[in-house]
Amino acid sequence: MTRKKKRVTLIIAAMAVLGSALGLVLYALRDNIVFFYGPSEIVAKDLPPGTRVRIGGLVKKGSVVHDGTDVRFDVTDGKHEVAVTYDGALPDLFREGQGVVAEGVLSAGGGLAASEVLAKHDERYMPKEVVDALKKSGRWQENADMGGSAQ
Amino acid sequence: MIVETGHFALILALALACLNAVVPLWGVAARDSRLMGIAPSVALASFGFVALSYAALTYAHVTSDFSLINVLENSASAKPLIYKITGVWGNHEGSMLLWVLILAVFAAAVALSAHTMPQDLHAAVLAVQSWISAAFLIFILLTSDPFARIPNPPIEGQDLNPLLQDPGLAIHPPLLYLGYVGLSITFAFAAGALICGRIDAVWARLVRPWTLIAWVFLTLGIAMGSYWAYYTLGWGGFWFWDPVENASLMPWLAATALLHSAAVMEKREALKVWTIFLAILAFSLSLVGTFIVRSGVLTSVHSFANDPRRGVFILAILVFFIGGALLLFALRANTLKPGGFFAPISREGALVLNNLVLTTICATVFVGEMYPLALESLTGEKISVGGPFFNATVVPLFLPLVLLMPVGQNLAWKRGDFLGAAQRLYFALLCGLGLMLVLADWHQNGPLTSILVSGLGLYLIVGAFAEIASRSFGRAALVKGGLAQIWRHAAGLPLSTYGTALAHAGIGVSLLGLAATGWGAEKILTMKPGDSAVVGPYQLTLTQIGTETGPNFTAKVGHVLIRQDGRDIAAIDPAVRFYPTRQMSRAEAGIKTINFGQVYVGISNGVKPGTVDARLYWKPLVTLIWIGALIMGFGGLVSLSDRRLRIGVAHRVRRLADAQQAPAE
Repeated sequence: MTRKKKRVTLIIAAMAVLGSALGLVLYALRDNIVFFYGPSEIVAKDLPPGTRVRIGGLVKKGSVVHDGTDVRFDVTDGKHEVAVTYDGALPDLFREGQGVVAEGVLSAGGGLAASEVLAKHDERYMPKEVVDALKKSGRWQENADMGGSAQ
Repeated sequence: MIVETGHFALILALALACLNAVVPLWGVAARDSRLMGIAPSVALASFGFVALSYAALTYAHVTSDFSLINVLENSASAKPLIYKITGVWGNHEGSMLLWVLILAVFAAAVALSAHTMPQDLHAAVLAVQSWISAAFLIFILLTSDPFARIPNPPIEGQDLNPLLQDPGLAIHPPLLYLGYVGLSITFAFAAGALICGRIDAVWARLVRPWTLIAWVFLTLGIAMGSYWAYYTLGWGGFWFWDPVENASLMPWLAATALLHSAAVMEKREALKVWTIFLAILAFSLSLVGTFIVRSGVLTSVHSFANDPRRGVFILAILVFFIGGALLLFALRANTLKPGGFFAPISREGALVLNNLVLTTICATVFVGEMYPLALESLTGEKISVGGPFFNATVVPLFLPLVLLMPVGQNLAWKRGDFLGAAQRLYFALLCGLGLMLVLADWHQNGPLTSILVSGLGLYLIVGAFAEIASRSFGRAALVKGGLAQIWRHAAGLPLSTYGTALAHAGIGVSLLGLAATGWGAEKILTMKPGDSAVVGPYQLTLTQIGTETGPNFTAKVGHVLIRQDGRDIAAIDPAVRFYPTRQMSRAEAGIKTINFGQVYVGISNGVKPGTVDARLYWKPLVTLIWIGALIMGFGGLVSLSDRRLRIGVAHRVRRLADAQQAPAE
């Protein structure tokens, strides 16, 4: 086998590996990405039920209702609210009035059946996505004691 | 006063780094051995000053000097001593100082191994390392000064983030940094080799131990981080495809590829361009990782409070080093002559395939990591690319690689015999298939992937040792001499062969642990004292809920009894701790290891008084995931202690290199 043939073999092998990787990536990107919206966008977009989304905002004060391990709460950006239901243990840092990100499937009534709830990680830190969602709705104040990490 | 000394030492270290970045290179250009000769002593002095500076910051933390903003924001007088010491790197400024300290440690280690390598390469490597040190020292001094004071210090500090008040903080960041920063040495070696035009088998042999050291630390650091997340986040996940985990995975993949291609370069003088490229890539990816973690462009558990200036600065460092190295690479790569020739089916061919797959996986992870950023800056749409994406792309690429790993080990250099190699693996294949059949019988309702991955894992473990077995038994069984002969054969094999086998087997062990997650059991429920639940083969009973007071926290503790077949096996005390200074709570999981599996209980405050929300898990064989990583690291160490890589032998290498130098360019 000559050097040239060897090079051709190598190129074919590289193409095969890269090609399959590219195929996998495109396939996975079609099915496995989740869009992030703030409550106002959810209301405005009117997405079909069953869409998988991530929403971020603040947990509305007084909206948290526990029922066994089921939890219901509203996520708000100050203008609109989205009702979230979740069956599972909430993160330790989940609090009313604090930033939260929930991922799940939109239900027929416009609410979200969450499969995952993430809270901020410490009192100085708020998920960037939540900050942006609040900024979009005009409710973000740089120095408010929401604890902006964005200053 | 001590604090100011530390600050001043840091500035002196920067001055020395700048000196060392220029003078030795001048020496290389002018072929002046006196100018080159200053590099080691300056590197050692620079290390001394960085260490002094680091000690000063530690002193401030231990003595709770709250006039330092860094101490004020990350410490409190009631914090236990161990977290005062480890808390030094539990914040942005301190962790960057640790980064620079480790850079200096590696520079000092290279400085002390002067006798092992040609002087011009030695000087050039230290100079490149000084460029990196200088860049990060400027970064610290301009944007992240750990020694900044506050005019009217309050009497008490704000305490360290409770999630970081954990023994994991003592181990995970230093190990990971040793890995990340260790790759700076391979980068410096690559740049140095390009500068001096010494890209040959000797170079590959010199760089191999450094790559191995970095790889071992990176492997252990990632595994430790994974275990820390597992026991501290309260729900027993061990890998989240979090952007920061990916940031550590990418350099690991590149370093693993580098380790394998450097072997080809050392043995056969082939893949020279590629190996140099990988050395540059691996460190570039660890810089990308630093950028991602420190700039806050991606949301993650690892973000400290962010300052946009820092992101821009690290981006500038990144562009400078990656750009500079690639430019040097482009200028020099065409001077390389093609090396040893090999057939596609050969050890080299297998290692090329390994490199191809590993770098492709690396690129895939990179795409998943960067796609959301790119999409957001182009269209403003926010998306998240999480576990499902990576599972769907990385796993199908990785599994065929596992299948081929033992085959590659059994192929001869230059021209191999695929069927012959496959024949040596009959036994391993049989073991794997046998395990699949047994498991399929036991777990008829279990997930199919778990069965397949278990079989693959066992095949890999047994197959990893097939080369050693055939090399010791194959000849001895035919020749007389019996056991003693086998022993002599086995003992005569190079240690790096054992290292390879162990590292490969370690991956197999981890695969078994990963596969077994499919047979776990979990329950999430609200419990009051007296309640019990069956999880897997165990019955867990919450006997009481108590309270506990620590130095800087109060805790609610659940006492859980583990029973099997009516017998008490053990008791665990999961807790949820509340840290008043930061108004934060944190779960402390109760874990009992039983035959490599773990009963895992996490609790959080229940809604009704007198109850807790409990997460109960039975995770069979879960510890194998990390034991596998430890075996991989151990394999790396065994390989490192190979006689060919030891310092004494390198004398000969150097004489050889000096002899070769005259005819070379």
